[in-house]
Amino acid sequence: MSSATAIAPNYELIQQDGLETSLLEVSMGPHHPSTHGVFRMDVKLDGETVVDLQPVFGYLHRNHEKLAENMSYLGSMPFTDRLDYFNSMTNNWAYALAAEKLVEIEVPERADYLRVIMAELTRLVNHVSLVGFFINDLGALGTPLLYAFREREKILDLFEQASGARMMCNYFRFGGLRNDVPEGWLDRARDVVDHFPVFLDEYEQLLCENEIILSRTQGVGCLSRDLAISAGITGPMLRASGVNYDIRKVDKYSIYDRFQFRVPYTDGNVGDCYDRFMVRMLEMRESIRILKQALDGIGDGPVLGNAPKVFKPKPAEVYGRVEAPKGELGFYLIADGTPKPYRYRVRPPSLINLTVLRDMCLGQKVADAVIILGSIDIVLGEVDR
Amino acid sequence: MTTENLNAGMDLDDNTRSELERAGVIVSQVASLYNWARGGSVWPLTFGLACCAIEMIASATSRFDISRFGSEVFRPTPRQADLMIVSGTVTKKMAPQVVRIYNQMPEPKWVIAMGACAISGGPFKQGYNVLKGIDRYIPVDVYLPGCPPRPEAVLQSLNYLQEKIRTQDIKSDPAFTKGRRQYPVPEFTGKDLEPPYNPEVWQPPANPNDKPLEKATA
Amino acid sequence: MSHTVNHESILGKFPGTNWDQEAGALIVPAVQAKEIATWLRDNDAFLLDYCSNVTGVDYLECEVKEKVTKEDGTVENVTRTEPSRMDVVYHLYSMQKQTGPLVFKQRTNREQPEVESLTPVWRSCELQEREVFDLFGVNFKSHPDQRRILMWDEFEGHPMRKDYTEPFDYEWEPTPHDEILEKHQRGKVIV
Repeated sequence: MSSATAIAPNYELIQQDGLETSLLEVSMGPHHPSTHGVFRMDVKLDGETVVDLQPVFGYLHRNHEKLAENMSYLGSMPFTDRLDYFNSMTNNWAYALAAEKLVEIEVPERADYLRVIMAELTRLVNHVSLVGFFINDLGALGTPLLYAFREREKILDLFEQASGARMMCNYFRFGGLRNDVPEGWLDRARDVVDHFPVFLDEYEQLLCENEIILSRTQGVGCLSRDLAISAGITGPMLRASGVNYDIRKVDKYSIYDRFQFRVPYTDGNVGDCYDRFMVRMLEMRESIRILKQALDGIGDGPVLGNAPKVFKPKPAEVYGRVEAPKGELGFYLIADGTPKPYRYRVRPPSLINLTVLRDMCLGQKVADAVIILGSIDIVLGEVDR
Repeated sequence: MTTENLNAGMDLDDNTRSELERAGVIVSQVASLYNWARGGSVWPLTFGLACCAIEMIASATSRFDISRFGSEVFRPTPRQADLMIVSGTVTKKMAPQVVRIYNQMPEPKWVIAMGACAISGGPFKQGYNVLKGIDRYIPVDVYLPGCPPRPEAVLQSLNYLQEKIRTQDIKSDPAFTKGRRQYPVPEFTGKDLEPPYNPEVWQPPANPNDKPLEKATA
Repeated sequence: MSHTVNHESILGKFPGTNWDQEAGALIVPAVQAKEIATWLRDNDAFLLDYCSNVTGVDYLECEVKEKVTKEDGTVENVTRTEPSRMDVVYHLYSMQKQTGPLVFKQRTNREQPEVESLTPVWRSCELQEREVFDLFGVNFKSHPDQRRILMWDEFEGHPMRKDYTEPFDYEWEPTPHDEILEKHQRGKVIV
């Protein structure tokens, strides 16, 4: 166990033919065509092999936690949209879950169904965009990304019809949702969900057996099972390293125990970039299964439960977490009896998944470092908050 | 959108003009041709900082298609780009890098401040790490409000920029009057950036009252 | 609906620990923290191998009003001062047994906050403890790489503390409200 948790030592230099060389230090970022946001990696290279790597972030630190201490509980809901700006619905849900634990509010059933539908649509949006960006990093300049964004636009249209905004939806409230979906929305959602597997088949046919992707991602960025558990990795990255841990199955929050779906995970022997890519492709299919069941099972009713007019919970501490598309997104709230939280903490999956970036990149080529970063799936709004 | 009067300052009657055009000769000013060419092929720099970057990328995808307005490619290097779309919150840690990249761009160069955060700090204004607007250090040509602005709004801001370019007098172009504009890069100190703003580019608004207000007059 | 962990056996084995009922957390003295953490990770009854969240909380000195029942049955309103402290809170889960969470707090003072780093036990504490150092100023002993992570290196001060004052940078606005109105009324304008 101790060898898995120790920080990896520097990769050893080999001197060949009595030639003395020096290390090349390159600062990749914060403005770089392939870093996913303003993220900087200081790499030390011996030729093309990475010898040391230090990530530097904080270029988007917008002190979200300090702002929330001066605002009411509901006032921080629009700010949670801007944490992980691809999946605003899931961020809202994690915060609403934590706040609903503080004050025991009953969520009506239709609201629960709609929440699951929105969260799974968000998962589709995230995974499809990530696969697009990942293939973009590999060198397929733009084409898979544009195909992926075409599908994303259809789902963003659905979000806009329901909540009024494409990306920063601000749709969830404590005890339900802000408003019901308009007429005909469920049928349109069903059309999108029925058409999505066609697109996935087309994508898989083009990409999953592609020689270039296989040779560039297999064996690159391997993450062992023990290191993944110890480093607190969650989400598709953990499941690609062989651990069957999905918070939807463990915590069974909301109504996830009513749906039948599988959790794709590998046997943990390799845990490379290709595994992470494939786990995400399979997760998209499982999301479609959940969506079909939810769209069939949804009933009528109100969408907002009885939340108190002034949200002033008694002194307590709570930690609420959901399975966001990137990992475990948790909110730790300490209430002290006033309308403002005493401590508001976001547990960011992207930051904690970055713990193992250095271990995975040592000994690889510099071009692989870019791909490994792409496969971890980070969003700087969440890393820096 | 206004179209430039192609024969401004020349007195040619219509008959002569149409005869010349039939023979394949067009009479115009150098300025209008120059501005038409520059405005029609503005190539942006990939400079996405935060959430607005996703809407900028979405405006380049096939549904909204920014390349039909001339921005065919997004160049990753500032040495080959014309336009810097600052999309997203500029923090104090990032501000020196933004100014450095602006300095590296050759003339002619323009800046669009996209989103509320780049214009004035946005929803995160009261922050110890947030810069209240990128126009404190570099000159901005078009301000695009929104949080995030829709891709159609990005396209409209590009149209406004193109109109601004087309109606610009060539003699007052900063590329010819000032040379390549480069601004000093701010440094980090213990509390804040030094200097907190660039006085050439931006001045804080002056308080017109002699004494402070008793309460807000909203 | 996660399965919470039973803490009774920990209190029995390590007598220096307390259980805070209101917060639902185990308070651990800094000297024993690494030993307890290693035991929690390796012991078969717990197997808490996944540290999910590490955060710091700052408490200033404050007055607390309580109702105390004396021996003769009368109820009295008592005001006592709660001393200042700084907590480092860990949320622990078990992936193998799929149980959790167990909340684990290391308590220290505010003047010279120093706790034991649990990075050798759970690797996920590495970046989060750096963040607690950056934003709160807590010194983690035996942390492999303790330096600022979110703010720039020359920055002075620890922003998330409750008594942190931002540098005064008020600028005039035509319709101020909330915090900006307060600064407006103080009357200072920077030029």
